[in-house]
Amino acid sequence: MVYLTRKAEFSASHYYHNPEFSAEENRRIFGKCNNPNGHGHNYTLEVTVKGEIDPRSGFVVDLKELKEIMHREVLDAMDHRFLNKEVPEFLHRIPTTENIAIAIWQRLAAKLAAAKLHRVRVYETPDLFVDFYGEA
Amino acid sequence: MKAHLSRRYLFSASHRLHSDRMSDDENQAIYGKCNNPYGHGHNYIVEVTVSGQVDERTGMVCNLTDLDGFIQQEVLARYDHENLNTLKEFAQDVPTTENLCIQIYEIVQRGFPHAHLERIRLEETLMNSFEYAGEGSRSSDYPLILKPEDAISNA
Repeated sequence: MVYLTRKAEFSASHYYHNPEFSAEENRRIFGKCNNPNGHGHNYTLEVTVKGEIDPRSGFVVDLKELKEIMHREVLDAMDHRFLNKEVPEFLHRIPTTENIAIAIWQRLAAKLAAAKLHRVRVYETPDLFVDFYGEA
Repeated sequence: MKAHLSRRYLFSASHRLHSDRMSDDENQAIYGKCNNPYGHGHNYIVEVTVSGQVDERTGMVCNLTDLDGFIQQEVLARYDHENLNTLKEFAQDVPTTENLCIQIYEIVQRGFPHAHLERIRLEETLMNSFEYAGEGSRSSDYPLILKPEDAISNA
């Protein structure tokens, strides 16, 4: 089994707000992230797939294909977007880094034929990142 | 769903690697420059990884404000701009980054109630880093974590 990781970057804005909470609770729990006008990050995405090496190609996965899937499924949807308003998963779910990692996993898992998705890592900043391994 | 959240923090501290259980010559042979009696310092980066179910209402494993507050109060306030050799946890044990990594793990494991601690990763320099995920544990990323005493012999 070999693991292969591909990186990508996207920039997006978001804010944290739960309509079930009062305005005061939203401010207390989410702090500056509750500003309804949003704020942005340069996100770094790391997608790790695992699989056996194909004896004919020497590849775990065709990197060009992985890159295209990441672009089509993730970057085209999220890069330079306001996540709360433009990405369907976040119309009713808060676009925290945790939920972004889960959404990216769900977008990618079904599309990867040969290799198996191992981990989605999303850096919100260099100091803060989330790993999702597809665990329930 | 379960996710892992990692946060990195910076602190600066000095130390000297010297064991009273060995002769001065042995200390010098094993620790080299790190045995300088006046000590030396590093900018350490501590990477804390916690895990848990993502809360449906907040979208979070745990509130970063809680994690930042805890690490600030219990770890950074304790170690930042200190001489590690003067602290009580290093009265007996040598303040190698292995031992410091385990100390920080124990502090977070014991005191942080808001999420499960997965591991502590401590960077001493850009070239050196150490991980501890509890006794006999396995990290998700690496199939085998060396026990700290194994690593010391390679230092």
